[in-house]
Amino acid sequence: MLEIKGLKVKLEDEDKQILKGVDLKVEAGKVHAIMGPNGSGKSTLSYVLSGRDGYEVTEGEATLGGEDLLELEAEERAALGLFLAFQYPVEIPGVGNMTFLRTAVNAQRKARGQEEMSAADFLKEIRAKAKTLKIDADMLKRPVNVGFSGGEKKRNEILQMAMLEPKMCILDETDSGLDVDAMKLVSDGVNALRDAGRGFLVITHYQRLLDHIKPDVVHIMANGRIVKTGGPELALEVEKNGYADILAEIA
Amino acid sequence: MSFLQQKQEATAELLDGVSVPAGAAWITSIRDTAMARVVDNGLPVRRDEYWKYTRPETLTAQDVVPAAPFDHGEAPMFDEIDRLKVVFVDGIFDADQSDALEGEGFSIECLSDIVNTDIHWAKDLYGQLEANGQNPVERPLAALNTALAEDGIIIRVTGKVSRPVNFIYKHEDDTSDAILHHVIKVEEGASFTLLENGPAAARFNKVLEVDVADNAEFHHVRAQGRDHERRAATHIFGRLGKESTFKSFTLTVNGVLTRNDCVLELTGDDAIAHVAGACVGDGDFHHDDTVFVTHDAVACESRQVFKKVLRNGATGVFQGKILVKPDAQKTDGYQISQSLLLDDDSQFLAKPELEIYADDVACSHGSTSGAIDEEGLFYLRARGVPKDIATDLMTLAFLAEAVEEIENGELADCILTRLEGWLERRRG
Repeated sequence: MLEIKGLKVKLEDEDKQILKGVDLKVEAGKVHAIMGPNGSGKSTLSYVLSGRDGYEVTEGEATLGGEDLLELEAEERAALGLFLAFQYPVEIPGVGNMTFLRTAVNAQRKARGQEEMSAADFLKEIRAKAKTLKIDADMLKRPVNVGFSGGEKKRNEILQMAMLEPKMCILDETDSGLDVDAMKLVSDGVNALRDAGRGFLVITHYQRLLDHIKPDVVHIMANGRIVKTGGPELALEVEKNGYADILAEIA
Repeated sequence: MSFLQQKQEATAELLDGVSVPAGAAWITSIRDTAMARVVDNGLPVRRDEYWKYTRPETLTAQDVVPAAPFDHGEAPMFDEIDRLKVVFVDGIFDADQSDALEGEGFSIECLSDIVNTDIHWAKDLYGQLEANGQNPVERPLAALNTALAEDGIIIRVTGKVSRPVNFIYKHEDDTSDAILHHVIKVEEGASFTLLENGPAAARFNKVLEVDVADNAEFHHVRAQGRDHERRAATHIFGRLGKESTFKSFTLTVNGVLTRNDCVLELTGDDAIAHVAGACVGDGDFHHDDTVFVTHDAVACESRQVFKKVLRNGATGVFQGKILVKPDAQKTDGYQISQSLLLDDDSQFLAKPELEIYADDVACSHGSTSGAIDEEGLFYLRARGVPKDIATDLMTLAFLAEAVEEIENGELADCILTRLEGWLERRRG
């Protein structure tokens, strides 16, 4: 599914290397988690993969289903099936949540050569999916993320994911700013989307989210590299002892 | 020679051979007085404080800069609205293309007819609000209009009229020079909606005087046409009585030169005045909104909401003022002007002004200029929305805040749908 090889990335505007050779392979049907201390490059990885401006890839490659991601515009990556759940979902005043999602769904369908979804079908589907995420009609009508609480924003991300049905989902610190109940709701939403054809990359600081979204593989990232890979037990170890032991071990 | 003398001399030259049209004694007296105002104050020049950002030369010259009519091939604006159509071609009323001038709850007449009657109720209003509106800032082009206009519509509203009247301005002649002067008197407790659309002429000078009596309501929605080469100077003069409402919205797309003056005076307590505008300009586009709202009564509310989207070197101007007189306590005044600059070549020139002489008021104003929000753009693109569509979506969202000032949802939808269509066609 997602394959990253020797990815080196620096900031476009300054001579600062952030990713120093990342290798990662997420198979379809699997959930991979990336944990790591602040500044290790986790969020940068998610932005580079989704096509945000401001980064320069100096070496390496990233492919989704064999297609070179790094050559594509952000919208083309999305149409290919890549989805990033933002750590800080952006507020867009004036653009209705519903209009936004319908435009996105149909733009992706168009890019894939599929027929556009009718307004009626779209409405039916979004209502059903919103209901399971406890997103009410008012939230759907409001401008994108404007006036949403932290939890509402994250639920809105998961709703978008559910509507767009991507192949590869990257969740960037989706647990940040969530209380226990909201975390459960969001995790249930994610778990409902787990299936054999879909890969997940869950970026988090804390093991807590991984209690709800059980990973198959856990990676530890530090200083722009993946320094250790293991099973779910690796997350528990981090929770118990912090990153210091692991970092000391590889130093 | 003083600045005023210079202006007076230049004006005398510009008005060489120009004389007020013939008519009944009352209108001749009004026209002569108006012409005297023009001669005394002089036509605008670049050095005038309120013409610093907009060049008046092509508006004051005797000769019109030719402008080719533009056939956009679209259904006329407001076509889906049930309305009474009043059509002008190059500034001349066209009875054949218009509906019969009649309706429930109001009288409607042509200026060209009433100027020949010995006496008419409009004699106390025609040119009167325009004359009041010359102080403290002169608006000589409006005075010139009062002096020279031979066509226009005179409406007196006595009931609650739900079906709008639509002035439709068609432009057919390359060198047409249109002057129209409309007067609308909304009597106590009455209500009225005016729609205006179309480019009118190669050059257009328009005055709309609206007197809104106590407890009366006036709504105004206009679209200034998509012709690019046209030049227009339009003026609205409004006077608001006690607990009355005045709401005006203007959409402008294209036009090498558009100057929209709006001068409102709140004279009765608890009156509400909203003026809003949305414009989209490209290239050699110049659009100037000059608004002057005077609070002269207690507990009135005024709002000015102006949004401009500019690209490829287009220029937007906003000069907005709220004047609160000493006795206008409890005034609630608000003003916002914003521009979305889609490239580095475009510019927005804003002059927001507050002048407050009362001590118990809430007045605020703001003005911003900015590029499209990159974060928002990336968010949309990351969801699969292509860059051009995402840009348009955000452009539309930006303008929507001004369009939302239109109270009637159906009319607001007309404007939004049209804007959407234009943006979509631009994308190709």
